[in-house]
Amino acid sequence: MLKIRNRLIVGLLVILIAGLLSNFASSHPDGLEQVAEDLGFINQATGHTSIFYDYSLPGTPAGLTSSLAGILGSALVFVLVYGLSSIIRKV
Amino acid sequence: MHIPNGFLDPVTATTTAAATGGMLVYGWNKVRQEMRQQSPITLGLVAAFIFAAQMINFAIGHHTSGHLIGAMVAVAVCGPWTAGILMSAVLGVQSLFFHDGGTIALGANIFNMAIVATAVSYMVYTAVMNKTGSRSIAMATGAWLSVLAASVAVAVELAASGTASLASVVPAMLGWHSLIGIGEAGITILSVSFIVKYAKEAELKGQVKEYAQN
Repeated sequence: MLKIRNRLIVGLLVILIAGLLSNFASSHPDGLEQVAEDLGFINQATGHTSIFYDYSLPGTPAGLTSSLAGILGSALVFVLVYGLSSIIRKV
Repeated sequence: MHIPNGFLDPVTATTTAAATGGMLVYGWNKVRQEMRQQSPITLGLVAAFIFAAQMINFAIGHHTSGHLIGAMVAVAVCGPWTAGILMSAVLGVQSLFFHDGGTIALGANIFNMAIVATAVSYMVYTAVMNKTGSRSIAMATGAWLSVLAASVAVAVELAASGTASLASVVPAMLGWHSLIGIGEAGITILSVSFIVKYAKEAELKGQVKEYAQN
């Protein structure tokens, strides 16, 4: 029982970070982007095809989109790692 | 530190992807042994936590930001080989679903953040733990140096691709990431104590000690 409770606590923390705290994240360029700007190669960056664009989900309100993207992403990572490790345990 | 498409030339992108694949083949037995020690739910929760924590960009100065990589967190909680798999899963979802890190650069991004950062975290953690006996000092040093090592790896790949000169890109990357690494160290200490306490009690504590004793 204790284990289930503790796992729920971690799960809730993940949802809290991805869903709530992510709204307060700084939108400034990160270290690599800053270096790319300073050294003048930022324009070489090209896009690629991904299912969503930059932590936003189509058809969701602007204020909620990064929260929902964060929760969806965390869920995807959980399912992927759960699946992978279940398979690796058996091979 | 996620490299977008366009920064790396095909040779560098292919070489780093091949090195990543080679590491998986080389470490396959160790990956299997280590991953069996944890329940899939615990591993999934740790990876999901790292994904969520990576979304939180903290400000560095007036117009730059940084966020957690999480290699030291994964190593301290699950061990180095499992950490490599968890970090790769996080980076894969970020690139394929959320446009964070290029698909052509994915091999390089996994090499930098799932292999270099993880290996440095593990080696520094073990060495400092043996010397000082303090888990916090070992994790802080491991986390800080893992960010620096990964940033040098990015710089070398950029220079090898002809995107920037080695002499200018190495100090530039090290400068920003020596600051970002301080955030990494702080968040790592906070999160590991939390995850070790709640994600799974006895086994994880034992495992952290076991790695320190090796």
